[in-house]
Amino acid sequence: MSETRVLLANIDEPDLHTMDVYERLGGYRSLRKALLEMTPEAVLAELEESGLRGRGGAGFSMGKKASFIPKGSMDKYLCCNADESEPGTFKDRLLMQKNPHMLIEGCIIGSIAAGANKGFIFIRGEYELQADMLDAAVAEAYEKQYLGEDILGSGHTFELVVHRGQGAYICGEETGLLDALEGKRGNPRLKPPFPANQGLYQGPTLINNVETLCNAPIIIQHGAEWYRQYGEGNSTGTKIVSVSGNVQRPGNYEIALGIPVRELIYDLAGGPPEGREVKCFFPGGSSAPVLTKEHLDLPYTFEAMAEAGSMLGSGAIIVVDDSEPLVPLALRLAEFYRHESCGKCVPCREGTNWTVKMLERIDEGEGTPMDLELLDQIQGNIIGNCLCVLGDSMAMPVASMLKHFRDEFEQHMEEARRRRDLEELTPLAAPEVAAVPEAGPV
Amino acid sequence: MAERMEQVGDEGALRAAPLPPGWDDAVDLEAPPATIPDPAEVDVPDALRIEIERLMSLYPDRHSATLPALGAAQRVHGWCSPEALRQVASVMQVTPAYLSSVATFYDMLRTEPAGSRYVYVCTSVACHVRNAKKVYEAIAEQAEAQDLEDVQLREFECLGACDMAPMASVDGRFVGPLSSDDAPEFVRQLKAGETVLPGRGLEDPGYSIPVPAPQSDEPQEHPSVHAAGGEWPGDEELDVPPAEGPPSRRRPIVEPLLPGTSVAPEPEEDEE
Repeated sequence: MSETRVLLANIDEPDLHTMDVYERLGGYRSLRKALLEMTPEAVLAELEESGLRGRGGAGFSMGKKASFIPKGSMDKYLCCNADESEPGTFKDRLLMQKNPHMLIEGCIIGSIAAGANKGFIFIRGEYELQADMLDAAVAEAYEKQYLGEDILGSGHTFELVVHRGQGAYICGEETGLLDALEGKRGNPRLKPPFPANQGLYQGPTLINNVETLCNAPIIIQHGAEWYRQYGEGNSTGTKIVSVSGNVQRPGNYEIALGIPVRELIYDLAGGPPEGREVKCFFPGGSSAPVLTKEHLDLPYTFEAMAEAGSMLGSGAIIVVDDSEPLVPLALRLAEFYRHESCGKCVPCREGTNWTVKMLERIDEGEGTPMDLELLDQIQGNIIGNCLCVLGDSMAMPVASMLKHFRDEFEQHMEEARRRRDLEELTPLAAPEVAAVPEAGPV
Repeated sequence: MAERMEQVGDEGALRAAPLPPGWDDAVDLEAPPATIPDPAEVDVPDALRIEIERLMSLYPDRHSATLPALGAAQRVHGWCSPEALRQVASVMQVTPAYLSSVATFYDMLRTEPAGSRYVYVCTSVACHVRNAKKVYEAIAEQAEAQDLEDVQLREFECLGACDMAPMASVDGRFVGPLSSDDAPEFVRQLKAGETVLPGRGLEDPGYSIPVPAPQSDEPQEHPSVHAAGGEWPGDEELDVPPAEGPPSRRRPIVEPLLPGTSVAPEPEEDEE
């Protein structure tokens, strides 16, 4: 089995990030087509028909999202979510570093569909190289008049700004991103109103992931029908999957949605190191509930992952092999979400904190069997009770680990407790009993 | 603060780390609330002022420039010191309190002096399963052994380079995969100001990940497709000259001040 390269077709071309090479390979022709040969309605219809679903995590239809943007003369905005912070995900980094013009072309096409005249690429601050490359590419696009006023004489105006974040996972949440873009702390907002109605500066805003927008030029170029030949059912098109963790060849692989997970992990990424087996894997970034080796033969689609109790999310597979103890992993996971919780909602702020504390107790041998029940209960109290899904993102994988590997948690707890007991007993066995300090009130 | 902590005897009762100068002053409740600084009273380095004004002009609302403006001020001052915040506040015409509310939220904005360079070692989930914690500990141990100064070394959440795991970001340059054995060389090069582990950075020429998969003899199931271009029926090839190398990508970085200080340098006399 091999990759199906659509988005990554030219990725190995040297200097693809320059305008010259990108244009030589046919770049910005989709833009000409969309601007000069198609009406905005036709562009929107094409995107909707393609069935392209958001690649950032939620998997919502991109065309539908764009169609929610109200018509009218108010200021509308397009935001590209390049705050790729989900552990395990690194597909957007590759796209922005190697092919920034594809993203810019996608942004312009998105702006035509949404009727937006101002756009922002919100890139995470840690991606300094990628942000600098985007800056250079945007400058080139302005020079060529693909950006700015009256693009190519079509009357469409679109300004694009690369906005650097300063390191906060929560800014990947769309309303948190909007707050950060408005210059505030990146706290998520109450929904509704959804950003499509009231987003950036209270104007209608279309927010899409980098990979989603990169698909737009391809759909415009080849048509929705051509695009639908890839994929399965409602999961159309190709998907860049970031495979990482305990595999021999971690990296980005572009596949047609619907190939079995086993092929992805074993054939493309080389499988776990020699002599080890897959214990579990996160099918959609660290926020997705883990699946076990029984699920390896499921097709990699939005629907199949949801049916198995997990999600495709951002399309990042983190493989954990059988040599890895799960309690420290769950602890590290919970620490991440505790650190990144913005603190706005109680269930998330307190729930992540208590989960960390309880997992620490279990890991240090202070846990009791009741703790596992309590741990499970806390996760249940977080899920669905917050403004955004950050709390759920911790609760779901931790709860799923508990569900699939309860034996291991119990065993780990027992062993840790025995180890701690031994350590505590050792000084008592020493013959220094005479050195007991005087007790009693002074 | 530190003395009080010893008296209390409980590290958790108060902040374990001593607060930097300027951040532990008690709030004077009698004083009028901090207002927007008068630009005439605040001396802002010209380069910083021009940069912030440029940033503000990019957005429909000037507040949007807060994050990049604080980032620019941090490059000048080394951290978001009270003086840095006052300078940004005077240019942006917002209160320093508003800026500190933002600065304390984001991981990359430093609210205490921590060195003019940074090393973030990722220890998040994907790196964790590849022993990132040991790598971090080895680097931290070496940093102490070799007296590494003026560098902020810390564990960081996922940096988005799990294919390079375990990895670290040295002033924005991603290097990996790392092992504990790399630590002495890593710290030595860092201390000497050299490129850390040349050839193993994401942007280094020839660096490729993943390792190419062995070629299979079976024909591909799907046709090879060209992205955003490829063949356009009935359309002649554009005559585009070959590229002349990548554009320079580094932003000009304002000369940093000594760590821990936050005083604007005297403007040079021969300016204007």
